[in-house]
Amino acid sequence: MSSTSSPVTTASQPPSAQSGQSGGSKNTPRLRTRRKHTPGRPKRSVLLTVLTGLIMLYTVVPLVWLVISATKTQEGLANSSGLWFSHDFALWDNISKTFTYHDGIFVRWLLNTLLYVGLGAGGATLLAILGGYALAKFNFPGKRAVFAVVIGAVAVPGTALAVPTFLMFSKMGLTDTPWAVIIPSLVSPFGLYLMWVFATEAIPTELMEAARIDGAGEIRTFFQVAMPLLAPGTVTVLLFTTVATWNNYFLPLIMLKDPNWYPLTLGLDSWNSQAQTIGGDVIFNLVITGSLLTIVPLIAAFLLLQKYWQSGLAAGSVKE
Amino acid sequence: MTTLQPPAGVARRPDRPPKRDRRSWTGWGFIGPFAVVFAFVFLAPIAYSIYLSLFRDKLIGGTSFVGLDNYKQALQDDQFWSSLERVSLFLLIQVPIMLGIALLVALALDSGRLYGRNFFRISIFLPYAVPAVVATLMWGFMYGTRFGLVGDINSAFDVTLPDPLSADLVLASIGNIVTWEFVGYNMLIFYSALRVIPNSLYEAAEIDGAGQIRIISAIKLPAIRGALVIATIFSIIGSFQLFNEPSILRPLARNAITTDYTPNYYTYSLSFNGQQHNYSAAVAIIMGLITMVIAYVVQLRGMRKGA
Repeated sequence: MSSTSSPVTTASQPPSAQSGQSGGSKNTPRLRTRRKHTPGRPKRSVLLTVLTGLIMLYTVVPLVWLVISATKTQEGLANSSGLWFSHDFALWDNISKTFTYHDGIFVRWLLNTLLYVGLGAGGATLLAILGGYALAKFNFPGKRAVFAVVIGAVAVPGTALAVPTFLMFSKMGLTDTPWAVIIPSLVSPFGLYLMWVFATEAIPTELMEAARIDGAGEIRTFFQVAMPLLAPGTVTVLLFTTVATWNNYFLPLIMLKDPNWYPLTLGLDSWNSQAQTIGGDVIFNLVITGSLLTIVPLIAAFLLLQKYWQSGLAAGSVKE
Repeated sequence: MTTLQPPAGVARRPDRPPKRDRRSWTGWGFIGPFAVVFAFVFLAPIAYSIYLSLFRDKLIGGTSFVGLDNYKQALQDDQFWSSLERVSLFLLIQVPIMLGIALLVALALDSGRLYGRNFFRISIFLPYAVPAVVATLMWGFMYGTRFGLVGDINSAFDVTLPDPLSADLVLASIGNIVTWEFVGYNMLIFYSALRVIPNSLYEAAEIDGAGQIRIISAIKLPAIRGALVIATIFSIIGSFQLFNEPSILRPLARNAITTDYTPNYYTYSLSFNGQQHNYSAAVAIIMGLITMVIAYVVQLRGMRKGA
C-alpha cells in the first residue's frame, strides 16, 4: 500500500507468472534469486505485512495457547497466565495421563477415528475418483441428470438429513455400529466435483484411446493410465475427506451411544461435559492435552502435503 | 502407455473434444458405486423425511396421517422463528466480516507485496484443520474467567471485561469461533481463484496506467466473482445449519444457550430429547427449503451482475 508510488507495480514479469498449478513452494527459490531490483516485482510493503500479521496472530494465538496449556497441570492452568508456561512442565505427564485415563479409552477413540477415516475418507476418495473419471471421460445416458442431482443435493442442509438417516439406520440396526458413521462419510460431492475437474484436465483422451488400441480393457486403462495421472487430485481429495471425517461431530453424535465407538471429537466433548458437571472428575488438563493430540496429525499432514493440495485446489478453481 | 499419438492408420482427428464418440453404458461402471451410496445416504433420507413429516405420533392411537398439519404448526412456532431470527442475525453480521477479512488477506497475498507470503498463507489456513470440537473447547476455555485469557486480562489490568459467555454476548462469541475456523479456508478459495487470472490482463492495465485499487476493482474482483458467490453460498448454508459450536459450548454457558438456540439445535432436541420425529422432520424440511431458496437467490444475483 505504501508503495503505490513505485514506478513498476505488476509489470512485465510479475511474480504471479507461475502457472497456478504449483502453489508457492515451487517459486520460493526464484523469489530469493531475484529479490534485488527485478523490474516488475512489486515493492514489498511493511505496512501490509504488519496488517496481515495481525490476522495471522488471530489465527495462531489460540493454537499457541493450546500448546502452552497442554504443558500445565490442573493447578497450573488455574494459577498461571494463559500465554506463558507455568513453573512445572507437565506435558509428558499430561500425555501419559490422557492415554491411560479410564483404562486408555482415549487410545480406543483414536483407533476408532483411524478406522472411520481409513474406510470413510479412503472410500469417499475412491468413489470420487471413479465418479469424476466417469463424468470427465465418458458420455453415458443420464450423465446430466447425475450431475444435476448431485449439485442440487449439496444445497440440502446436511443436518436436515440427519434425523431421517438416523431413523432409517435405526430400523436397519446400523446405529451404534461403526457403519453408521462410515457409510454416510463415503459420499463427498465436493470430492466428486474436484476429481471431475481434475480428470478433465489431467488425462488426455488420446492416451486412453492408445491404451485401448493396445488391447487394454476399461479397468486396466483406468488403473494403469488414469490413476497415476490423477495422483495430485487424489491427494487433495483424500486430505479434505480426511479432515471432514476426522473432524466429524454431528454424525457420530446422533448415531453412537456407546462410548466405546466414539471418535476422538465426541470423546473430548464427553470429557468436557463430565468436567463441567458438578461433582464430575475435573480433568481439564486432559481435555486440553487430548485436543492438542487430536489436531497434531492433521496439521502435520497439511504442512507436509502442501504442494499437492494447493495445486489440487488451484486446478479446481480453473473451472469457476 | 506406450505412445501419446494414436498409431498411424487409425483415423482419429486430433482435435476431438475429450469425450467418447459414442454414448455407452461404460461410464456407469465407474460412477455406479458413487451413485448407489449417494442414493442411500442422500436421496433416501430426503424422501423418508418428507414421508415422516406428513404423519404424527399421538399418545393414543399411534401414528396417523395428518397432511400438512406439522408444517402449519411449525410456521406458527415461536421457538422456531426466534431461532431462525438468531441465525439470520448471525448470518448478516458474521458472514460479511469473515468473507471480508478472507478477501483482504487473499488480495494482500496475491499482491506480491508481503514479506513471508507462504508463511502467512499456511498459518492463516491452519485453523481449518482443527475440528469444531477442539476449536470450540479451546475458545470456550479462553473465554472463561477461570483459566482463560479473559480472566488473565481482568487480573492483569484490574478490570472486569464483559463475560463473553453471557446471554448478551454468546452469539458474538460463537461468531468469533466460526470466523476463526473458516477465515483461512475462504481465503484460500479466493487466493486460488486470484492466482489463475491471466497476466495479460494486468499487463494491459499497466499500459493503461491503472493503479492498484483500480486493478482490484476492475480486474481481480470480477475475475473471482464465481469464487465469491460460492463462498457466500456455503457460508449461508453453514450459518443456517449452525449446531456444533453452540452444542459444544453449552456446558460452559448453560443459561445463555438454550436447546432451541438455532433451528438445527431445535430439530435435534425435538427428535432426540423429545422423540417428536415427525414434527422435527417438518421443521428440518422448512429450514432446508429456506436455505435452498436463499442460496439460489444469491447465486442468481451474484451471477447476473457478472453477465
